[in-house]
Amino acid sequence: MGSVRTGDRLPPLEIEITRTLIVAGAIASRDYQDVHHDAELARRNGSPDIFMNILTTNGLVGRYITDHFGPTAVLRKVAIRLGTPNYPGDTMVLTGTVEEFDGDTATVRVVGDNGIGRHVTGTVTVTVPMQGAR
Amino acid sequence: MSEVHDELWMSLKAYEGRATAVGRAGKDPVNEPMIRHWCEALGDTNPAYSGADAIAPPTMLQAWTMGGLSGHTGRSQAYDDLLTRLDEAGCTSVVATDCEQEYLRPLRPGDEITFDAVIESVSDRKTTKLGTGYFVTTRMDVRVGPDLVGTHRFRILKYAPLRKTPTAPTAPKAPRPRPVINRDNAGFWEGVDRHRLLIQRCTGCSTLRFPWLPGCNACGGLDWDTAEASGEGTVYSYVVVHHPPFPAFAESAHAADVAGPYAVGLIELAEGVRMISNVVGVPYDKVRIGLPVRLEFRRHEDPGGSFVLPVFRVHGGEV
Repeated sequence: MGSVRTGDRLPPLEIEITRTLIVAGAIASRDYQDVHHDAELARRNGSPDIFMNILTTNGLVGRYITDHFGPTAVLRKVAIRLGTPNYPGDTMVLTGTVEEFDGDTATVRVVGDNGIGRHVTGTVTVTVPMQGAR
Repeated sequence: MSEVHDELWMSLKAYEGRATAVGRAGKDPVNEPMIRHWCEALGDTNPAYSGADAIAPPTMLQAWTMGGLSGHTGRSQAYDDLLTRLDEAGCTSVVATDCEQEYLRPLRPGDEITFDAVIESVSDRKTTKLGTGYFVTTRMDVRVGPDLVGTHRFRILKYAPLRKTPTAPTAPKAPRPRPVINRDNAGFWEGVDRHRLLIQRCTGCSTLRFPWLPGCNACGGLDWDTAEASGEGTVYSYVVVHHPPFPAFAESAHAADVAGPYAVGLIELAEGVRMISNVVGVPYDKVRIGLPVRLEFRRHEDPGGSFVLPVFRVHGGEV
């Protein structure tokens, strides 16, 4: 990891929102709400299709941060708010900006936009050890 | 937001501070298979999550507390009661809106977690894009033995979904707009009525043209005859219309009650000309450039008399 500075922008991460990702993420997080795997019931509930559950979004935000800062980075806090849903066939693009860096802990503002709007906004606090050690 | 609190809200407010779980044990200890499944699902290749000294992805925190399909036994009533009250008040739909997690120390395979949860707050009645309802916030403390390892705050909106007026389940299918037929294109629509897709051909220079026009774009000639399309084609381009919803165009088994997105295809016929039409036989989000399609005719019933439209079906149906 190079040095981290306030204002740094993380490279964007594009995630294809496949039906498989939505269902696999829901089941991996043990969330069996029908709106995350059963399109028929999702429609009956007024949704056009199944949509990603919040825990999968949360996990993807965490992954985005550790992908960037590397395996020694330690997540301290992940706080997200959802907006427009992630439906199958869409693409979500995660972007991030370092809002604060105090020596070993970064606060990163993360935004995920999909084809219909802003899916997620969040703030991640991550400790990045060995800063400047190489 | 108005200061007027409805009676329902007063009763909901009474749930604030009530425990929804006390010292409940996770169904499984933190374990490698569930970690691996999670990483596979999310495409997370972080080496910290595998190998001898693996930790669990911190964002899995809530997964270790989930009841799964079988649910938790001895479940505390408060949360269920609160949700039931909201159901009875017409707030039958639920969506998660916020998740705030704090990780005090990593979880490792073998850790056995317990958790306590409390209803932290119930909001005033809020009107949102989804409908009117209440935000319910719960906080969960996750422990291993006596040690707090993480906290998880979770907010849901429990709401009465907006009624979509034009799409009530009993509403008849929105009528498909009729083609506009004039002197220049009448021959085309007569062909369609007989299930023949006719392309205009200039008798001067033999150039095919579509849509039908009075003269030839290549040589300016006014005389023409027709060539019948074989019906084979490919998707040359397409757009997906998400908004505004247009039930008449929705390509869905539930078209009567789902005014969902629909794909508009630009089909390149085997003969070389292109036409705009529907791509059928696949969901709107599976339409792709280059998909092979075949002509099909659909009859639409209409108070003004039935009519036929050409559409294009993807070979083999599912892709």
